[in-house]
Amino acid sequence: MAARDTLNLKMKTTAHLALDAASVRGVTYADARVVAIRNRSLTTKNGRVGHASESESLGIGVRVIADGAWGFAASADLSRVAVEAAAARAVEIARASALVKREDVRLAPEPAAVAEWTTPFKVDPFTTSVEQNLDLLLKVDAEMRAVPGVTLAETGMNFQREESWFLSSEGARIHQTKYSTGAGYTAYAFAGSEIQKRSYPNSFGGQWQNRGYELIEEMKLVENARRVAEEAVALHQAAQCPEGVATIILDGSQLGLQIHESIGHPIELDRVLGMEANFAGTSFLTLEKLGNLRYGSELVNVVADARQEHGPGLGTFAYDDEGVAAQSTPIITNGRFTGYLSSRETAHTIGSARSGGTLRAEGWNRLPMIRMTNVSILPGEKPLSLEQLIAATDDGIYMETNKSWSIDDKRYNFQFGCEIAWEIKNGKRVRMLKNPSYSGITTEFWNSMDAICSRDEWTLWGTPNCGKGQPQQVVGTGHGASPARFRNIRVGSAYS
Amino acid sequence: MLTKETASDIFDRIRRFSSADEVEAIFTGSRFALTRFANNTIHQNVEEENSIVSIRTNFAGRTARATTNQFDDESLRRAITASENLARVQTPDPDLLPMPTSQEANAADKSVRATRFFEQTAAITPADRAEVVESIVSVAGKHKLTTAGIYSNSESQEGIFNSRGLANWHQQTLAEVSITMLAEDSSGWQKLNSPDVSNFDPRWLAEAAAQKAVESAHPREIAPGKYTVILEPAAVLDIVGFMFWDYSGVAILDQRSFLNDRIGTQLFGENINILDDAAHPLQAGSPFDGEGMRRERVQLVENGVVKRVVYARATARKMKNSEYAGKVGPIEATGHGFPLPNEVGEMPLNIVFGAPEKALSVEQMIASTERGVLVTRLWYIREVDPYEKIVTGMTRDGTFLVENGKVQCGLRNFRFNQSLISMLSNVEAMSPPVRASGEESFDMVVPAMKVKEFNFTETTKF
Repeated sequence: MAARDTLNLKMKTTAHLALDAASVRGVTYADARVVAIRNRSLTTKNGRVGHASESESLGIGVRVIADGAWGFAASADLSRVAVEAAAARAVEIARASALVKREDVRLAPEPAAVAEWTTPFKVDPFTTSVEQNLDLLLKVDAEMRAVPGVTLAETGMNFQREESWFLSSEGARIHQTKYSTGAGYTAYAFAGSEIQKRSYPNSFGGQWQNRGYELIEEMKLVENARRVAEEAVALHQAAQCPEGVATIILDGSQLGLQIHESIGHPIELDRVLGMEANFAGTSFLTLEKLGNLRYGSELVNVVADARQEHGPGLGTFAYDDEGVAAQSTPIITNGRFTGYLSSRETAHTIGSARSGGTLRAEGWNRLPMIRMTNVSILPGEKPLSLEQLIAATDDGIYMETNKSWSIDDKRYNFQFGCEIAWEIKNGKRVRMLKNPSYSGITTEFWNSMDAICSRDEWTLWGTPNCGKGQPQQVVGTGHGASPARFRNIRVGSAYS
Repeated sequence: MLTKETASDIFDRIRRFSSADEVEAIFTGSRFALTRFANNTIHQNVEEENSIVSIRTNFAGRTARATTNQFDDESLRRAITASENLARVQTPDPDLLPMPTSQEANAADKSVRATRFFEQTAAITPADRAEVVESIVSVAGKHKLTTAGIYSNSESQEGIFNSRGLANWHQQTLAEVSITMLAEDSSGWQKLNSPDVSNFDPRWLAEAAAQKAVESAHPREIAPGKYTVILEPAAVLDIVGFMFWDYSGVAILDQRSFLNDRIGTQLFGENINILDDAAHPLQAGSPFDGEGMRRERVQLVENGVVKRVVYARATARKMKNSEYAGKVGPIEATGHGFPLPNEVGEMPLNIVFGAPEKALSVEQMIASTERGVLVTRLWYIREVDPYEKIVTGMTRDGTFLVENGKVQCGLRNFRFNQSLISMLSNVEAMSPPVRASGEESFDMVVPAMKVKEFNFTETTKF
């Protein structure tokens, strides 16, 4: 039997063992997730390898409801004794939870799925050689450092394979294997009293998707390195972004982060219900706003879509981490607020008979919680390229690539900084601007959107570093977006 | 749970299985439990036990790392092979040093340090945590508030072994409580942690958070602008934490530090003194760094002048041979390196602010303020400008208007865009430093600060 098959069998057997151990202790519900994660992480800095590592992590998380309350215990030790002890501990913890409860946990019904699913990919990234990976990164590094004025060049590449078995006391038996791949780079230029930088294809380590090595091959990393480095140096000669009120156009990657912060987080139903009040915060989207709030202009259409049809985003899967099938939920429909991200426990609070299928955990040792899947703005229906949008703008600022991001704990007031901008006059980019920033109030901002580019400008971006929960969990989310235009936006206040 | 003896046995196997010139193993393990509550009920309640070994191999200037949480022979061999394969394909790095011997790693400080392991913290059970949460909920009920938060405890181990004889080990416990109290249009917050659970009283913290929620009810909106602010310790640590990545030799060499061309200058007010001191009685954490080197006490800022930064071994050697030698203060390995290989080198993680000559309590700061803003907590802080060290973020969970020496009312929250250089040049008063914990930066020993001309640029809707 191959090593992979042996591991697969061990994982499934272990999950069964945990379920059996929990069941005999009088629980009303139990599930077990056995997860094996493999990761490769490579970076370079100024012509040398910065970091080279691989990691493996294997363990089980057991989640139960006893006395109407939740308990969770996780163990890296998959021996029979340790797994049974983890299950017993989860039950003990649930009974302790029940000492401070107001009502019993209610789970929305879900058919018990029996399924097998793997991320579609062309090239398993772990079959590529480290030499090949480093050779590409060092080529990019050399291109950046060939530009005079570049003081620091950094590149990075990451692969992850996550195999999981999910079994529940309701009969679910789900085996999933997810791959994710990411790569990108940044050129820095320090001169005088300024540090400027440019990243490609995005900040946060570049672009990330649930795909194989083919993503790396498609990104044209080497081809763009010199231009990006030249822009980092040129920013030192650029004018400061003005302070005032302006029309702005955001590139797709920045719009993706704007969606993440000012739509993706406030629609998390656990935040709305106060479950994150101590850490990540709550949400301005209180329950009475569902179906009633004018979130954005008529052009704003947003979905939360975990299905493969939406694309290979970091929020794409077949089943979430409590066995609910991937779905597409309309979040904003022609500007009106129409949906939350929900789970089996929270669905009833919005009158829904079924979970929206968004519960995910960072790994075997963490409790799954409501997370963004792929929260994407749909592209404009009429053909419109970025260059056509700029040509149709008399006076504005086009901003590209996120540099800083911040939003309050109810998700009203935000401020973003970008790496670079260009002033637009009479439909043309007339000069480069440095240190661009914009700020506003979420609903006012989305209601000011008056144009969005069409499908050929739309990219499903990956945000690999979304933090939430206590203990904090970091997971990846997807955000499809194309460039869009917003009117009467406050700009430049970051430097005011 | 890992012990030094079991880790040593695992390391013996790793040495046998590896063909590298040198090999190092970093062990980390913990049993961590956390009870989370919201809406006056426990809604999440977790416990985790995990141990990891991270194996670094060296081949003549080439190094790499592989990690596993399974300690059977097959898993260890797979990790070693991965580490060796990653290392072998690299071009030799002339800056990579041989691993430190035990003598080199432990030369700096042989003093016996107080234990950071407390049985009473390790022994906390799920029922104990539920009892504490119940007491917090009862405080919320008394004030007609809703509460959310966490109560956690952990015991953890950290060890480093290498093939040159190094075998350092550390174990500690940590208990933590964080409490938010929510009213209809206001909130209050308190958080503390300590290796010894008897060092804090969750019920007292619950009362303090409740008082903030009650007193900030019906918040007024006032125009943004430059205000005198009184930042409570958690707010101070969360904002100043954004500058300590730059107190690093590698950051200077990479020209990404705001201290480039500024070491030795009067950067902050003369009342600012900052140490890094892992042995400080209010600090927590391991006494050695990612190579096993003893963490030294380092005076980073003295009377507002940045005196020096911290160094891993290789960074110190590189700095001595660089154009910056002679411009950056003393250059010696200080025991602040991250595990190798890495890009960022080192960082001070045990920050202790010096006590002011004349300390004022927060109440005394309020009494001495004609008009200002009292800030409990800052949130979602991010760097806007890396060289002027401008950071943006929001106030949260208890923001108050101070007028004529008294707290007058709650305020709607502000966005700030503030240079840390300006802020630390404008400190008018400080309290005695205390151990504080926030959510944006690591725990520190910091004072509350009264700061003039703090730059609020916008307000939000609550």
